[in-house]
Amino acid sequence: MAAIERSLSLWSLSVQRVLGRIGLYLLVAWFTFLASFPFIWMAITAFKQNSDLYNIKNNPFLFNALPTLDHVKLLFSETLFTRWLVNTALVATAVVIITLVTAVPAGYSLARLTGRWGRRLGFGIFLTYLIPPTLLFIPFSRVIAILGLQNSLWALVLVYPTFTIPFCTWLLMGFFRSIPRDIEEQAMIDGYSRLSAMRKVVLPLAVSGVLTAAFFSFTLVMQEFVYALTFISSVGKMTVSLGIPVALFRDVFNWGAMMAAALITSVPIAVVYNLFIDRFVAGLTGGAVKG
Amino acid sequence: MRTPPPVSGGAIEDVARELPRPVLGRLALLLDRPRVLGPLMLAPAGLYIILLVGVPLFFAIYLSMSNATTGSQTLQFVGPANFVRAMQNSIFRSALANTFIFTIIAQTVVILFGNILALVLQQKFWGRSVVRFLILLPWATPISLAAIGWKWMFDSLYSVVNWMLKAVNIIGPTEFPQWLGVPSLAMASVIIVHVWRTFPFSAVVILAGLTSIPQEVIDASAVDGATYFQRVFYILLPMLTPILAIALLFGTVFTFTDMGVVYILTNGNPFNSTHVLSSWAFQVGIIAGDLAQGAAVALFLLPVLLVGAITLLRIASRAETGV
Repeated sequence: MAAIERSLSLWSLSVQRVLGRIGLYLLVAWFTFLASFPFIWMAITAFKQNSDLYNIKNNPFLFNALPTLDHVKLLFSETLFTRWLVNTALVATAVVIITLVTAVPAGYSLARLTGRWGRRLGFGIFLTYLIPPTLLFIPFSRVIAILGLQNSLWALVLVYPTFTIPFCTWLLMGFFRSIPRDIEEQAMIDGYSRLSAMRKVVLPLAVSGVLTAAFFSFTLVMQEFVYALTFISSVGKMTVSLGIPVALFRDVFNWGAMMAAALITSVPIAVVYNLFIDRFVAGLTGGAVKG
Repeated sequence: MRTPPPVSGGAIEDVARELPRPVLGRLALLLDRPRVLGPLMLAPAGLYIILLVGVPLFFAIYLSMSNATTGSQTLQFVGPANFVRAMQNSIFRSALANTFIFTIIAQTVVILFGNILALVLQQKFWGRSVVRFLILLPWATPISLAAIGWKWMFDSLYSVVNWMLKAVNIIGPTEFPQWLGVPSLAMASVIIVHVWRTFPFSAVVILAGLTSIPQEVIDASAVDGATYFQRVFYILLPMLTPILAIALLFGTVFTFTDMGVVYILTNGNPFNSTHVLSSWAFQVGIIAGDLAQGAAVALFLLPVLLVGAITLLRIASRAETGV
């Protein structure tokens, strides 16, 4: 009797395990489908001929006519897509430089030089990351007008660091904290000044932190929409995140080209994002998770 | 600034060498003091934030109590008139309600999905790294590009969403739900896009919290004979409270203040039924050029952001004192 019970419970355990695995894979499938479906649909749209795309009788997932590169060609030859990519890269590069020049010293200062006030100040700076563009775009539109920067990429260069600096200062502060003080104290005993100890000893150790900050500034710039929409009016000065949904939609209205542009822009960002996401999360949750 | 001495150099020799140059030396010594160097290194970032976040924020408050328009050069103080006028507008009232409705519904689903997905991603399974990449796509993609993708999926005639719903017989073969053309469906569409965009973020944050829970705790519960679900509900979730709060807080702030989804997907339509505070502020302040009114509308975001900031401070200070 006991033996039967035991084998029964063993059997129910293994059934439970199998059911658990099936449930797990079903959940994995559901979430993967949910997250990636719009991109799959973007890819299909980008390579379908218009006659195939705009026929409601067709199964949208099948290529009823041959795949085509027409939309991609149109995107690169007859729209300003490449111009927008260049604009975005220019703005992003300038913003990354401004961000690093200000946030690296600030992060170091908060980690090492400002004592017990450092953490509080750092947190105060981080909190400004919560102030959204949608609250500031109205006063900024006035400020940008006063400065005469309407419809200029310089307006974006000026304004974007308002969200990259707070986040990167906080991120870098955490990074510098994780480097043992002894290393630079040893360098200072050996005769380096504080500044040269930081430059020659600490910074090389913080390279990955600085790279993370640079990369996140870059993606935050690529993702920004509200300020670009507010300040930039002419099509030739747009960034990708503004040009595709606003100018392509309004002036070209070709879903294939729009989806190709969205896909070409998104996927590289996502690939690199994937590499840095853990640091991003660590930065965001820094104060709340002990360890 | 002095250069570090060669290998044999010690601090005393270094100071001695600089004696003949008293001014430079004193500057260098001054720079070595944390009290001087600290604020100096903090200054550029601090000034940037004060001048370009702090000042504009107060400027927004000032604008909201003025009569500024895009064309006018001067401002006059008019008191709370803009707020009163904003609230008398029925589109504003529905935008205010929508902002809360969208945020609350979206974040409820997001935190549910985020928890489940984090628990799923914690397991070992075949293809996990690929799955993780695919799941992060919505969060990594620029929000405006994601929104235009969804706009196409919700197209009035060629909606692939409708095609799939027909394929599984949820809607009949002759039905063409107008996702962006009917107020209730348009609201649902906005919420769907917000959920889709934010749940990966929430999952990743919660997953980080899960992996920071010490293995001993989990082992101990296994020894005590806790089942998987007991472990989740009695051990993991309670220990995750601070991180759940962080995920919820940032998700809420991102959804609450976002304008891109509504602007691109519906632009507030049909019949101004899907406006949120930010898109209405843009409509009034930038497109119609009534800066003062727009500033007043946008400032309605501030109380919720303040609550968010205070919550974040409390979580952080609790973590610091170790309670």
